[in-house]
Amino acid sequence: MKSAILVFPGINRERDMARALQLASGSEPAMVWHADTELPKGTDLVVVPGGFSYGDYLRCGAIAARAPVMDAVRKFAGDGGLVLGVCNGFQILCESGLLPGVLMRNARLKFICHDVHLRVERSDTPFTRGYNAGQVIRVPVAHGEGNYEADEETLQRLEGDGRVLYRYCSASGEVSDAHNINGAAASIAGIVSERGNVLGMMPHPENHVEAIMGCTDGRGLFAGLVEHLAKAA
Amino acid sequence: MSSKPTPITPELVASHGLKPDEYQRILTLIGREPSITELGIFSAMWNEHCSYKSSRIHLKGLPTKAPWVLVGPGENAGVIDIGDNQAIVFKMESHNHPSFIEPYQGATTGVGGILRDVFTMGARPIACLNALSFGAPEHPKTRRLVSGVVAGVGGYGNSFGVPTVGGQVRFHTRYDGNILVNAMAVGLADADKIFLAAASGVGMPIVYLGSKTGRDGMGGATMASAEFDNDSDEKRPTVQVGDPFAEKLLLEACLEIMAADCVIAIQDMGAAGLTCSAVEMGAKGDLGVDLDLDAVPTREPGMTAYEMMLSESQERMLMVLKPEKEKQAEAIFKKWGLDFAIVGTTTPTLRFVVKHGGEVKADLPIKELGDEAPLYDRPHVESPKLPVIHARDIKPPIGVVEALEKLIGSPELCSRRWVWEQYDHVIGGNTVQRPGGDAAVVRIEDGPKGLALTVDVTPRYCEADPYEGGKQAVAEAYRNITAVGGKPLAITDNLNFGNPERPEIMGQLVGCLKGIAEACIALDSPIVSGNVSLYNETNGRGILPTPSIGGVGLLDDFTKSATLAFKAEGEAILLIGETRGWLGQSVYLRDICGREEGAPPPVNLEAEKRNGTVVRGMIHSGTATAVHDLSDGGLLVALAEMAIAGRIGASLDAGPEAIVPHAWWFGEDQARYIVTVPQDELLGVLTKLKAVGVPCLQIGTTAGHTLSIAGERAVDIKALEHAHESWFPNYMGGKA
Amino acid sequence: MKARVTVTLKTGILDPQGKAIEGALKSLGVAGIASVRQGKVFDIELAGADPAQAEAALKDAADKLLANTVIENYNIEVRS
Repeated sequence: MKSAILVFPGINRERDMARALQLASGSEPAMVWHADTELPKGTDLVVVPGGFSYGDYLRCGAIAARAPVMDAVRKFAGDGGLVLGVCNGFQILCESGLLPGVLMRNARLKFICHDVHLRVERSDTPFTRGYNAGQVIRVPVAHGEGNYEADEETLQRLEGDGRVLYRYCSASGEVSDAHNINGAAASIAGIVSERGNVLGMMPHPENHVEAIMGCTDGRGLFAGLVEHLAKAA
Repeated sequence: MSSKPTPITPELVASHGLKPDEYQRILTLIGREPSITELGIFSAMWNEHCSYKSSRIHLKGLPTKAPWVLVGPGENAGVIDIGDNQAIVFKMESHNHPSFIEPYQGATTGVGGILRDVFTMGARPIACLNALSFGAPEHPKTRRLVSGVVAGVGGYGNSFGVPTVGGQVRFHTRYDGNILVNAMAVGLADADKIFLAAASGVGMPIVYLGSKTGRDGMGGATMASAEFDNDSDEKRPTVQVGDPFAEKLLLEACLEIMAADCVIAIQDMGAAGLTCSAVEMGAKGDLGVDLDLDAVPTREPGMTAYEMMLSESQERMLMVLKPEKEKQAEAIFKKWGLDFAIVGTTTPTLRFVVKHGGEVKADLPIKELGDEAPLYDRPHVESPKLPVIHARDIKPPIGVVEALEKLIGSPELCSRRWVWEQYDHVIGGNTVQRPGGDAAVVRIEDGPKGLALTVDVTPRYCEADPYEGGKQAVAEAYRNITAVGGKPLAITDNLNFGNPERPEIMGQLVGCLKGIAEACIALDSPIVSGNVSLYNETNGRGILPTPSIGGVGLLDDFTKSATLAFKAEGEAILLIGETRGWLGQSVYLRDICGREEGAPPPVNLEAEKRNGTVVRGMIHSGTATAVHDLSDGGLLVALAEMAIAGRIGASLDAGPEAIVPHAWWFGEDQARYIVTVPQDELLGVLTKLKAVGVPCLQIGTTAGHTLSIAGERAVDIKALEHAHESWFPNYMGGKA
Repeated sequence: MKARVTVTLKTGILDPQGKAIEGALKSLGVAGIASVRQGKVFDIELAGADPAQAEAALKDAADKLLANTVIENYNIEVRS
């Protein structure tokens, strides 16, 4: 795997992401500065990490989505390259037009940091092949604006095309308002683009890859990506 | 000097917080009337906040040295060596008054300030903690203040990208008009790359880095040293606004230029901004400083020299660069989009000269600005000793189980989840123990070392007996670090008191410091940094004396740590330490009996050390499966917390005949822990502890889903958990 | 009756949002931007018909909730 992590001013989970990718793949990801206009040659995975790019001033992810490097990312995604956006990365991908919809303020208007359960909706994608369909995983969230919204038509298309990959749920996999931590439409925690090569998700699988954090459920996502790219190569 | 100098009237002097005799001292020192800019500089340097004029002579009694202390008090933060060329940089600081006026911004700038103190020394911040004291829950302002402060602490730390891993939240009517916001930051640096404030070399360029200067917090340090009255809400100076994004850029830029070996000296611009930082850089390096204010990046037009020297705009730094590296440093600053300007030079004159618009606005002796600050040995009276309360004289108004049900869901002892879930406590991926335990545990880089971090103080003890209360604050930090398996190494303190001009308040400060010093010596934990916040007083009523103690301990192997949750059924529950049933100043006495009375529990430092060493040994050997320190609420509250956390109940023996039940279960005797061990280890542990003279008693066994005391009604753990978790969200939602 | 309440930061108060947006606009090459300050707009519908009463109610609303008067100013515009 030859991954590249985008670094915008104000991003703060790039080190967490680098550690998770390194553990999963054994190779060190490249750090790509926002002002760069090209991705490193041979990049096969672009990661937009979490944080508060440009302070999340104006709108979450809005300023970063217009940074020079994003043109290169759009081209990379257009050629079918894999792009993973987590938390602020998800917000940036939505603002950049690579994913539909928008992340609004949490329904309860507060920043929330705690472990949530996610139901993996299907396992036949590069971003979920490390799990079984219907499997419930536990990963932390840490966000103030993770309430996914889109117009009715978009939501129907997402559901109809099976593009919702992760959903907030109970420990036993039940999806309900009680477990929808931020008020997201249809309890959506993560979606993919139409071609299935761009994933955006609010929770942080990269923070649950080592036993020291009390849970390693996040590993599957990265292991699946490594496996997918190894097969593709 | 200026063509139309502002006349220095007695009123002007007083409005700068300078007393007539202090002004006289200025006249004597410089031999003429100061300019308005100079008066501002003196007021900044000589106020309580910067000069420690009331506390300095008593702070001298604190132990500050140990073989592992690399930098003690006096720099931006303290530094300790943890081996392998790794150093831990940490400090705690208050932002009390600004947080009362504008809770969100007050808290953000408090967190921002302490983070800057840490990364200024070359460390990457790896954890934040805080200690928050609010007024009574029923006070009309409390809810808004809690909401604003918590959002502010989170808002800054979350965006900056440092995990907030622990802290304290308390409510008491004595904080109604003066809340306390104490923020602590902890960073990791290379032990051989610590950066200090002292400039060196004559003719070196002094560089200004960070956000532009505005009229923020004009005279904030002066404000932080003034008592409030009812009009304070109206007399607001310009509020400082925190910009965590700018600070994150500043962090990355600073670490990058430090790694590129460009920096000779660096100083954060905190309270009294440019004045304090420039003077300290020069004075510490035995150099003069020439400042050219025309070069200072400003946010607003028409700022005067006076305003620029006293501005408290946030996210700014002053540094002396190696001249040959100036271009390289500038490129790094530009890359991060930060303002960068050469605003002065070091001189051999030992004068602090400030120029603006071609005029000299100030010309003062730089060493004397700090060294000749007033020093007061203020009159102090010892707090009267309160009588020891005998448990048998306290009639329990309700039964033991009912008292537990009430206490576990009380404002004092309920879960703080509502607070810490607003803080990102997992960023970094190193938070081995998250908030809610005795101390947080944070892995250092890829391990195996870990840090145990805690903030502690029991203000009601300090009020009742400052000396014992001071000891207790240090002892509790020691116990909390020990309970997770850490070896306590050093302490930062944040001393919050009322008006030191009142002898009884000064007596509290002196008493607490004596207790703190004694405990630090006995427990081998020197004080390496700290902050004093006085005048926390409204209409002549001071806060409870609140010397917050931030403790840092080391785990050689973070996997050898303990948590408080019961781990399995059928394990022996041991009470370690001596129990006499001390109810004076206990939460039980206050919240169940409605009496804030008596002497607080005495602290036996030898017992603390002996018991702590034994408990740490049991954790490291793997004998202990769960460990919890006993503090507020005593034995039964601690057991309930362990049961709730592990979702495993306990079957408990009745207490000994010699102690009345409510004193046994709720007394707050010190130096105690609960430890669980597997049955097959029990005999060995009891024998071993007896041999080393550590009191140890099996008080029950983990079992089932209830807490059941022999002869009492069993109580369901789920019900306890519900009560424990409900108070805070209900209160904040307006339901409690 | 409709009204608009505009809340802006007081002069001299740091505006991190405005500053970052200003920087972004400049780096996007939008010409002629000297400075940006960010604020909030509230469009409010009122039940009554008396403009003076409405103005008083809105002032109350702004003082109590819409604006943080420690750091913000507000402006009320009542349109009938």
